[in-house]
Amino acid sequence: MSEQTIRRIWPSVPIVTALLFITLLLVAVGAKPLTAYQAFFDGSFGGTDQTLSTLAFWVPLLLCSTGLLVTFTAGLWNIGVEGQMIAGAIGSSAVSLLVAKPNPSIPGWVILPLSIIVAMLCGALWAALAAVLKTRGGIHEIFSGVALNNLAIIATNYLISGPWQPPEGGTFRGTVPFPEQALFPLLGTSRFSPLSLILALIALILVALALRGTFWGLKLKAQGKNLRSAFLLGVASEREAINAMMVCGALAGLAGSVRVLSWFDSLRQSISGGIGFLAILVVLLASIRPLWTLLIGLLFSALLNGGTFVHSRVQLHSSLSGLIQGTLVLLVLLLSDYTRVFRRKETVTEANTGHE
Amino acid sequence: MRVELQDIHKAFGQVHANDGISLALEPGRIYGLLGENGAGKSTLMKILSGYQLPTSGTIRLDDHAISFSSPSDALRQGIGMLYQDPLDFPALLAVENFQLAYQDNLLLDLKSGAEQLRTHGARFGFAIDPHAYVDTLTLGERQQAELIRLLSLGAEVLILDEPTTGISAEQKEVLFDTMRHLAHDEQKTIILVSHKLEEVQQLCDEVAVLRRGKLMGTKPVPCPTGDLVRLMFGEEIARTQKQSFNAGECVLKLDNITSCSEELSIEDISLEIREGEVLGLAGLEGSGQQILLQACAGLLPVSNGTVLLDNIPLEGKSSVFSRIPKLAPAVLIVGFAWSLIRLLSQQIMGLHFAGGITISLLLAGLIWLIGTVLAAWSEQSPYHAFQQRGGAYVPAGRLEEGLIAELSLTEHMALAAATHTFIIDWEKHRAEISGRIQQYSIVGRPATLVDELSGGNQQRAMLALLNQPLRLLLLEHPTRGLDVTSANWVWELFQERRREGTAIMFMSSDLDELFEHSDRVAVFSSGAMSRILKTEETSVDELGHLIGGHRLLTD
Repeated sequence: MSEQTIRRIWPSVPIVTALLFITLLLVAVGAKPLTAYQAFFDGSFGGTDQTLSTLAFWVPLLLCSTGLLVTFTAGLWNIGVEGQMIAGAIGSSAVSLLVAKPNPSIPGWVILPLSIIVAMLCGALWAALAAVLKTRGGIHEIFSGVALNNLAIIATNYLISGPWQPPEGGTFRGTVPFPEQALFPLLGTSRFSPLSLILALIALILVALALRGTFWGLKLKAQGKNLRSAFLLGVASEREAINAMMVCGALAGLAGSVRVLSWFDSLRQSISGGIGFLAILVVLLASIRPLWTLLIGLLFSALLNGGTFVHSRVQLHSSLSGLIQGTLVLLVLLLSDYTRVFRRKETVTEANTGHE
Repeated sequence: MRVELQDIHKAFGQVHANDGISLALEPGRIYGLLGENGAGKSTLMKILSGYQLPTSGTIRLDDHAISFSSPSDALRQGIGMLYQDPLDFPALLAVENFQLAYQDNLLLDLKSGAEQLRTHGARFGFAIDPHAYVDTLTLGERQQAELIRLLSLGAEVLILDEPTTGISAEQKEVLFDTMRHLAHDEQKTIILVSHKLEEVQQLCDEVAVLRRGKLMGTKPVPCPTGDLVRLMFGEEIARTQKQSFNAGECVLKLDNITSCSEELSIEDISLEIREGEVLGLAGLEGSGQQILLQACAGLLPVSNGTVLLDNIPLEGKSSVFSRIPKLAPAVLIVGFAWSLIRLLSQQIMGLHFAGGITISLLLAGLIWLIGTVLAAWSEQSPYHAFQQRGGAYVPAGRLEEGLIAELSLTEHMALAAATHTFIIDWEKHRAEISGRIQQYSIVGRPATLVDELSGGNQQRAMLALLNQPLRLLLLEHPTRGLDVTSANWVWELFQERRREGTAIMFMSSDLDELFEHSDRVAVFSSGAMSRILKTEETSVDELGHLIGGHRLLTD
């Protein structure tokens, strides 16, 4: 096999290995692996309801992963994607509660785009904060990201229990449901909105094209691999870092908007559902490749959705999906870089003959 | 202890770092080991101190052939090395650091350790506080502590690698006195690795000079400095016919500039370079040449004076947006004051005090954030302004700061091209780089990743990426790692650029290169720049003098 081919199919290797490992594990505990996988499949794609639920979970994950493709290409560890998602959710909630609710006459085709734009703006600004702290303050984006994630959660809790508290009293659960016209149009009784999927796919395609064929994408790639050299070759590194973060923030903000306006119908305490962190995992698993990001994201939402079904069907604990995830992560870390697997020998000899 | 090195060879791949070095060192004497960067001094001393094994050759201590398995093994056999950067533990107490050497004790007896540290210290005239943390000691004290450790462990042969870098004049005197005492009274063998001629003259009894991995000769000290320079840098070679140039317009003018890196500063530098002129910067590595080049390129801030490129000051572009973030504190103060006034006047309407403060904080933060983002979008760094105005800077580190590993030559071309389109025209860049690959005889294809190229080809690739035409070309070690033919060919390219009117300033540690290709030379020594000398009016001797930190012969 040529190196090109290996490079292309490499992300599937940890997945296949993880499946083999889980199969062995299932056999070892006396379960029937095929039945378990069947249950997984039925739970995620077995019927219309399950499929739509999987898709509804997938859309925000896809949006966050798409944004992370940009930041990872630029060499930025945008851990703050979770907070950017929450910022977007708060933005959409603000539009729904402060604009749509008092003015029921404003039609959905005005309020929804407004809501989306505000969400993207909020996410982008939240991300810009981490970017500017990095470029002007020298604070690594991982640390500011973690801090800003917590701040975003605190802000949500404050809003839910303070200004946006439902009239019936202060629970810590969520705001009142938003008016119908402020929400994404949903498919049947599901929580899936085809519009959101279309937006997510457009975003992914645009990002994939931009990273591949535009000067902007090339600058990000250069900067991600060697900041100093890229700067010397003419890349305005601060500007590009801020732009990359803001693009990612905007997409995460849109994901937050999708969460409040289709998965839920109000601002909730656990609005992000850990999707931001999951997206980081997906993009790393995919080695920052758009097509693989799409597929692995779908696999993860299927796993999470199928997990509960496995429990009722084959009496295996629903944490099986967590187990599969964990195995995947470990194997990916082990096998992340195919060059490391194949070239270990070479590097050792190189190290021995290093110059003085 | 008598040390004998017999026919030591050490090869790293194709590079012969030590090429048949034989040297005998007698006890009771201080030896200097001189040589330029890359001459093989460090390699030889790493071999002698057990850090590396020689490819071939033997080491004899008191007429017994021995080999070392590690530096601590070498120390057990009596050879101790003091590294340029002390190998100690900044977070430990001096006494703890000292006792790390005695690993056979299960319990740590700090009291006796401190006692030992004091007595040994007193013997050599060093006073180290055993209960001070290592990182609170000066570099000189850390060096002394390290020497005490080596000597208390029974080192008979001491290797000092550039020991005077970064220590005070008094500490240097103490160090030199101790070395003399150790050699002449205690019969130790001492090796001083240095490129400072003056120190070698001051301290050593004998000096050995290395050049390009070979021992060029030994000299008893004192001896004429010129002899040492000639051994270090080679004989003055016959000059090739230099092309005369018609000095055109002034391209670069420095007016009393001051700039600094983390280690060193250069002060009050003034010079002028005209179209088609080549100015060479000589000096030992890290004497300030690089700072000058980077300051001219806008990579280092100039704290005083001006850099004029084509008679216009070189500066980055700022915009009105740069001022917006500065409004944030004002907003904050106004907001606080307003909240306070309302609190004091008891007219709390709607928002209470904390709310007012929160809102002003949020507002100030938002103004700062948006202002900073807008500023970052509209600003241009001085270096990018330099590039835009026809300047180019070629750094010495290829994969560190010149090229981008894992990117192809075509991708580099697309990045470095003079004009950019939003959608990259890959076909155009591929054609362009193909032409340049041929022109610069790079062994590689447009799709080759730069880290797959050999060192020499990476150097060619960096030069191939330079755009036409250029006003000013700044080069760090333009031919390092190239063989003679390639180096000549690279200079032919530069000559061609000269004819087009490009002004060139380059630094090099190769005196031959400086002589052959510069119209004028400036020498740097510890951050100070000499008068600029016309190449035809100076000599290797004179440059060597200046490089070693002496003043001009004619002054």
